[in-house]
Amino acid sequence: MNRSYEKTFSVEGGNFDNAGMASIEIKKILKDLQISDDVVRKAAIAVYESELNIISYARNGHITLYVTDDAVNVDVRDEGPGIEDIELAMKPGYSTATEQIRQMGFGAGMGLYNIKTCSDRFEISSTVGEGTHLSIKINRNGQ
Amino acid sequence: MKLGDVIEILEAKLLAGDERHRSLDVKTAFSADLMSDVLAFAKAGSLILTGLTTSQVVRTASILDAAAIIIVRGKIPAEETLKLAEELGIPLISTRYILFETSGRLYANGIVGCVEKIGGTANGAS
Repeated sequence: MNRSYEKTFSVEGGNFDNAGMASIEIKKILKDLQISDDVVRKAAIAVYESELNIISYARNGHITLYVTDDAVNVDVRDEGPGIEDIELAMKPGYSTATEQIRQMGFGAGMGLYNIKTCSDRFEISSTVGEGTHLSIKINRNGQ
Repeated sequence: MKLGDVIEILEAKLLAGDERHRSLDVKTAFSADLMSDVLAFAKAGSLILTGLTTSQVVRTASILDAAAIIIVRGKIPAEETLKLAEELGIPLISTRYILFETSGRLYANGIVGCVEKIGGTANGAS
């Protein structure tokens, strides 16, 4: 498979002021690549929720976007506390968010669930005390 | 309905955006103070009705390609939120009506929800 585009973004944990900056840039890149609106929106939501998760919970992280002829792939890797019970964390409404996160309108317990809903393929792995890794794939030509 | 009509119905003020935005066509809306719910359920081209005034509202609206943000309960966002809305080209409106009244007045004039209820749709949580 040819990787037609690839770029990695650094996200700093706890930097709430810039939350969403990487996502908005990624959305612009995808639009410039003339990817369909529906795919751009799904990718943008998945990246935005991922970015907010890094800022809210991890020390730092990286979001790598790579676009191929048939899919938009997003790889999210953070250094942080990790997730103890992934199944529970995936449940809509479950959240460990702090008051600061909730004041921004997040921490509703919809993040990982939203990412999964936007993805055609979604994989999550986590090591407690080390960090979390998400692998997201959104097909470019429908499902 | 045009965004200009929305502004009139809600006796609202256009705080970010320009006169061109008044001719924007809108049909659907989503009301929430939880941005994750907005991301989960709102559709492109919709109005986002909220009591939240942080810059995250603007970024969320931008990610979703929302038509406009309507801030309810007479709140005025901080200067940086307004600046971001201008930068990202998202019209931002403020009305003194409460969220319930704002939603009701728009609904009575033909604006409908992005989704009617949750469950049974491709996007829905149960």
